[in-house]
Amino acid sequence: MKWWFVIVSVIVARDLMKRFGEFAAVDNISFTVEEGEIFGFLGPNGAGKTTAMKMIQCISPKSGGKLEVFGMDVNTYQREIKRLLGVVPQETNLDPDLTVYENLLVYSRYFDIPRTEAEKRIDELLDFVQLRDKKDTSIIQLSGGMKRRLILARSLINDPRLLILDEPTVGLDPQARHLIWDRIKKLQSQGSTIVLTTHYLEEAERLCDRLVIMDNGKILVEGKPDELVRGYVGTDIVEVEKNPVAIDYLDRTSANYEVMGDMIQVYTDNPQKITNALLEKCKLGHVIARRATLEDVFLKLTGKKLRD
Amino acid sequence: MSYFEIPKLTRSVWKIWLRNKDVFMKTYKVNFIPPFLQPVLYLLALGFGVGAFVDEIDGMSYPRFIAPALIAISIMNTSFFECTFASYVRMYYQKTFDAIIATPISIEEVIAGELLWGATRSTINTVIILPVLAAFGVIEFPSSLLVIPFSFIAGLLFATIGMCFTAISPNIDSLNYPTFLFITPMFLFSGTFFPLSLLPVSLQYFAIAALPLTHVVIIVRSLTFADPSGFIPVSLAWIILFSLIFFILSINLMKKRLIV
Repeated sequence: MKWWFVIVSVIVARDLMKRFGEFAAVDNISFTVEEGEIFGFLGPNGAGKTTAMKMIQCISPKSGGKLEVFGMDVNTYQREIKRLLGVVPQETNLDPDLTVYENLLVYSRYFDIPRTEAEKRIDELLDFVQLRDKKDTSIIQLSGGMKRRLILARSLINDPRLLILDEPTVGLDPQARHLIWDRIKKLQSQGSTIVLTTHYLEEAERLCDRLVIMDNGKILVEGKPDELVRGYVGTDIVEVEKNPVAIDYLDRTSANYEVMGDMIQVYTDNPQKITNALLEKCKLGHVIARRATLEDVFLKLTGKKLRD
Repeated sequence: MSYFEIPKLTRSVWKIWLRNKDVFMKTYKVNFIPPFLQPVLYLLALGFGVGAFVDEIDGMSYPRFIAPALIAISIMNTSFFECTFASYVRMYYQKTFDAIIATPISIEEVIAGELLWGATRSTINTVIILPVLAAFGVIEFPSSLLVIPFSFIAGLLFATIGMCFTAISPNIDSLNYPTFLFITPMFLFSGTFFPLSLLPVSLQYFAIAALPLTHVVIIVRSLTFADPSGFIPVSLAWIILFSLIFFILSINLMKKRLIV
C-alpha cells in the first residue's frame, strides 16, 4: 500500500488524561473518530465531555497520553489544527458589540479568509441557518434559537473538515432543535466529520453513528446507539410499580430486572409475555411496556443519582 | 510556564486590533465627546479658576503648566481603563476571547492586540485634545505634534500595567483597587498640578522611580512648552523598559488565567 492511500483517522486518543491538580477531569480515555461519521459524547454534567472537547480544540493542553487530530499532536500543532476546525461552544459567545453579519465577517478575518470570498460564504451561510432577514440585527435582539443557529453558521465560515458541537441544542424549543438536527445531518451528507456532546439522549440516538458514554472522566461504553440498547437493556422494557408479588414472580422466572425508586424495570426481548403475566398473575393496574431507548442504557450505566 | 516567556506573535495581532477598531467606529460620536470635554473643564476650573491665584511656575503660567498634565492624564486613563474594565468585560462577560481562540489565533495574540488597541485609543484621544488646548493658546507648535507618536508609547505602558491587573482580578469590582490606589495618586502626585519639587525629597524619588505618570508628564511638558529638558532620554528609556516588561508579563499572566 502506498503511503498516500493510508486513511488517517480524524481523531485518535490513547490513554488521554487531563488533570486539574489532583482531580482527573478526563481519566485515561481512548477513542477514534473516523472520517465522515457523527461521533457522540454522552454523560452527566461533570463527566468530562467538555474538557475532552477543549483538548481536541487545542485550547486546553492535555496532561498525558496521546491525542492527534488529522494526525497532528494537539499540544504542538495548535494553529494548524484550529484552521481545520469549526466549533460550536456550549456557551453562547457571539460578539454582542456587532450585528449578525458583522459577527460572521469579523470571524472570517480570524481565519484569514479574503473579503470577497468571505462575503460569498456568509451569504450562503445566512440561508443555510435561515437568518437572512436578521442580517443587520444586533446580537442582543436575537432569540436563543437564532443565536445557536448563528453560532452554527459561524463555525462553518472556514469550511471546516471537523466540526465540534458542544451541546448544540441546549435550551432550544423543539422547532429550533429540529432545524439544527436537520442541518447537522446535511453537513454530514456533504462529507463533514462531526463530534458532538449532548445529554439529550434522543438527540444522540437520532444523530450519532457511534458514541461513547462517559462518567467521572472515564469512558463506560462505546458503540452504535442501537447496538448499545440491545446489548445493555434488550429491545424492550416493561415498567411495573414496585410490589413484592411482582418481585417474587420476576425472581422465579429469573427475569433481568432492576428496581429504580418505586418502579421496577424489566429488560426483555419478549414484552408481551411478561406484561401479560404481570397483569394476570399479579393483578396489577400499573404496567407499561415500551421500547428500550438510549436513555435506559444511560441511566443503567450512570445511575439515577442527581449530578451537579 | 514562566511569567517572562517571550510570546510568539504573528500578523494576527492586527485582527484583534481591527475588531476593536470596528466596534469603536460604530459609536465614534459618543467616544469622541469625553476626550474633548474633559480638558476644557479642567482647564477652565483649575487652569483659569485656581490659576488666578497662582503666579508663574518654572516660568510658565498656570494653565500652561497643567495643559501637558491634562494630556498625560488622558493618555493614562484611556489605555488603563480600556485594558482593565473594557478588556475584562470582553474577556469575562462577553467571552470574546474564548470565541477568538477557537480560530487559528492564539491567546498571546489576542492580548497583544488588546494592548496595541489600548495604546491606539490613547493616541486617538491625544489627537482630539491637542486642538482644544491649542485653541486656548496653552501649548507650543510644532513640538507639541511629537506628543501624538509619544502617546502610543506611553499609552502602551498603561495598557500593559492595566492588563496585568485584569489578569489577576478575581472579579470586575476588584479593578477598583488599582484605580484608587494607583491611578488616583498618580493623577495628583506626578508633577501634574504642582511641581514635583514641592514634595519631600524622599517622595520625589519615589515618584520618579515608581510612578509612571511622572515620566509621561516630564516628556509631554517639555514638548508642549518647547523646552527640551535633560530628563527626556531617561524618562523615555524608563517608559520603554517598563512597557516591555509589563507587555510580556501581562500576556503570560493572561495565558495562565485563560488556558487551563
